[in-house]
Amino acid sequence: MNRTLGRLLGRALLAVLGLAVLAGIWEAYKAIAPDDGVKLGGVRVLPRTDDSSMPHLSTVWHAFGRTDLDQTVLHRVFFACVHTLRWASFGFVIGVIVGLLLALLMDRFVVAERAILPLIVLSQTVPLIALAPMVKRWGDGWSIAGLTWQPSTSVAVIAAYLAFFPVAIGMARGLKSPEAVHTDYFRVTGSNWWRTLVRLKLPASVPFLIPALRLGAAAAVVGTIVAEISTGLQGGIGRLIIDYSAAASDDPSKLYASVVGAAVLGLFVAAVITLVDLALWRYRKTGDNA
Amino acid sequence: MTALRRRTDPDRVVSPVRSTPAAAAWARHAGAVVLPPVVFGVAFIALWQLFVRAADVKPYVLAAPSDIWSAFTEHHGRIIDATIDTGKNALVGLIIGAVIGVLLAALAARFSWFNGMATPLVSALAAVPIVCLAPLFNHMYSLLSSTPRRDVVAIAAFVPIFINTVRGLSQLAPVHRELMESYAASGTAVLIRIRIPNALPHFFTGLRVAASVAVITAVVAEYFGGVKKGLGSRITDNIGSTDYPQAWASILGAVVLGLIFFVVTLTVERLVLGRRAAALA
Amino acid sequence: MSAAAVAETTPAASPAVEVLGADKVFHTRRGEVVALRGIELTVERGEFVSLIGPSGCGKSTLLRLIADLLPASSGTVRVNGKPARQARRDQDYGFAFQQAGLLDWRTVRANVELPLQLHGVGRARRRARAEELLELVGLSDFADHRPQQLSGGMQQRVAIARALAESPTLLLMDEPFGALDEMTRERMQTELVRITGETGAAVVFVTHSIPEAVFLSQRVVVMSPRPGRITQLIDVPLGDRTEATREAPEFYAAITSVREALRGTHGPTAVNDPTAAL
Repeated sequence: MNRTLGRLLGRALLAVLGLAVLAGIWEAYKAIAPDDGVKLGGVRVLPRTDDSSMPHLSTVWHAFGRTDLDQTVLHRVFFACVHTLRWASFGFVIGVIVGLLLALLMDRFVVAERAILPLIVLSQTVPLIALAPMVKRWGDGWSIAGLTWQPSTSVAVIAAYLAFFPVAIGMARGLKSPEAVHTDYFRVTGSNWWRTLVRLKLPASVPFLIPALRLGAAAAVVGTIVAEISTGLQGGIGRLIIDYSAAASDDPSKLYASVVGAAVLGLFVAAVITLVDLALWRYRKTGDNA
Repeated sequence: MTALRRRTDPDRVVSPVRSTPAAAAWARHAGAVVLPPVVFGVAFIALWQLFVRAADVKPYVLAAPSDIWSAFTEHHGRIIDATIDTGKNALVGLIIGAVIGVLLAALAARFSWFNGMATPLVSALAAVPIVCLAPLFNHMYSLLSSTPRRDVVAIAAFVPIFINTVRGLSQLAPVHRELMESYAASGTAVLIRIRIPNALPHFFTGLRVAASVAVITAVVAEYFGGVKKGLGSRITDNIGSTDYPQAWASILGAVVLGLIFFVVTLTVERLVLGRRAAALA
Repeated sequence: MSAAAVAETTPAASPAVEVLGADKVFHTRRGEVVALRGIELTVERGEFVSLIGPSGCGKSTLLRLIADLLPASSGTVRVNGKPARQARRDQDYGFAFQQAGLLDWRTVRANVELPLQLHGVGRARRRARAEELLELVGLSDFADHRPQQLSGGMQQRVAIARALAESPTLLLMDEPFGALDEMTRERMQTELVRITGETGAAVVFVTHSIPEAVFLSQRVVVMSPRPGRITQLIDVPLGDRTEATREAPEFYAAITSVREALRGTHGPTAVNDPTAAL
């Protein structure tokens, strides 16, 4: 027990050290490099180092405390992230459900796999993330069973569209992953498709599902943020980044604060998936690193 | 068949290239691979056109191929320019990201302390919406420069390449390790003869992911402000002015760009790996 | 110096392998594991010796001690009169693993050339040597194939060719035929006898199979576990090994001796106890 704890602490220490190194590089570059950045053949390849373009890390930290329309920046960033998280989660859950259903369908019926899989792969060649405004137009005014299409629905749909693909593919691979010796055993004991699914295929697909969920969650977050911007949805972190970006010439540290907020949102989502991974520890592949 | 006939016909002057059975087999193989998608594509477009006209689908849902084509021909100069601009951003970013990814992966495989520092950071980076860094870079450089976009693409491309290449370089089968030990081989020899060839398929897996990420990131990065030269700004502008057929033309430009990157990456992979290249997923 | 003294100090006189009082202890999380204790073994030049015993008797560990892939905890291991580490640096032996361990991105020929390439042999000489070796193992026609295109037996033959690349005087083989079916195994055994006969190399061969050990070796080293040690050395004077050898009564007699020696490793009651695991 002590050794695993020691190992965990060691790894955490190295990660923190890595962060410190990055912070060090930032400040060192600010101190050493010329004010106008580094130019290569007339094109600036490394950024300017003045306090407006590259604020000190301490300035960014303090930005969270400043006020913006009688609320602290921290407050605004936090609640913007909460809104984005709400929409992204909604889209993510739908995407996961659709992805899982498609994977199950493809597993149950070989015909389904041959018909659907190419379409799934093809679906991602269309950058729906770029089509967000059109999605909004499609949905405007729709209502099913009393639920009307909210502005946030377009955003959630895009998040779902981006999330369902990795989940469908990852789950499909996972369902196919059990070795022949195991599937043969289940067939020999007279198990039907359902029992084989529940007792063998689902547990076997966990190591494939977790990375797929991770990808899907990250995609949902990115999709939500970008969709907010292109549909003009208010209240989320994407819009906040754009607003602060417009005001960046006056107060750049607020822009940095909002981007940091978006990054933290991404990390939070990844942490949630890690919790799911830990909860399913029993189904992990042997020999995996934590 | 044809080749054999040519070979045995004494009166024909036979070109060595065209008459080899290998060349004929290659042509047949290429035909088998290329022909079905082409046929499918043509049929798909025809059906699409029919559907849009017959069901009177509104242009903001889906524009007809004919409308998209006329929009394209009308503005083809600007669309092509935009495609080239976005393509350049994606390419430069991809190359920078790939080079840095491979270098850092080599360092991580060689020095475990570096691996301990880098891997958690890169995993964190993979979780973060990288494209949100675009406005930061716009501010750090200037609103008129394309470099911010390329930096963002570089970071986005770096992540999958680093992760996959580290994985490939770190996998040393015990039997190969013992084999090289029995040869009293140096660490460098093991690196060159075993680790690198072993890691190449992994690198290319990462490169394929990075290539598609690069194109999408290059397009989307433009939504965060900055110079309006590429496909991303064209798409948003067109939608804003409700010129949907043109928007679809620009979107198709993005799709084509993605396909080009995919095909080029696959070709490079085939050339380098030969028969080891992974089959299409 | 007297002739006797000269004879003793010339390398030609030293045995291929000398293991004197070697121990190997592994320190694991759960305490110490004595993999080998007090191993005394001498293998003469050109001699074929098999190590056989139940799982955990340390035969593979002993092989790796000789190969200097593992350091001995105490005692000495000498190969060709030198310390094992020196012998490894001088590439005095070739090692054949249970999984052939061929590199799948190289052709068969390039795989055989690998040790030569690592040790700076020029391209023309490498190629010539590889052709020679592939001819020796009967795979000249497959020089440009990839390992994945070959059967298990053929891959092992390539591995053996590779192990012989630098004409070592000692071959160390760790159950190289373990993954093959019985018919292929017997064919490979015949091949191996021919090859080692032609090259004159000494062989230390680890195996689980009693008939294999008896067919191939001049001496069978019977080992037992907990702690790993040599319990018996059995001479197998069957002369030149041919297909006929497999049907000779002396062959079966030798197999029986080895089998009894192995049963005996489990204690005095084992001979009469039909349930004693082998």
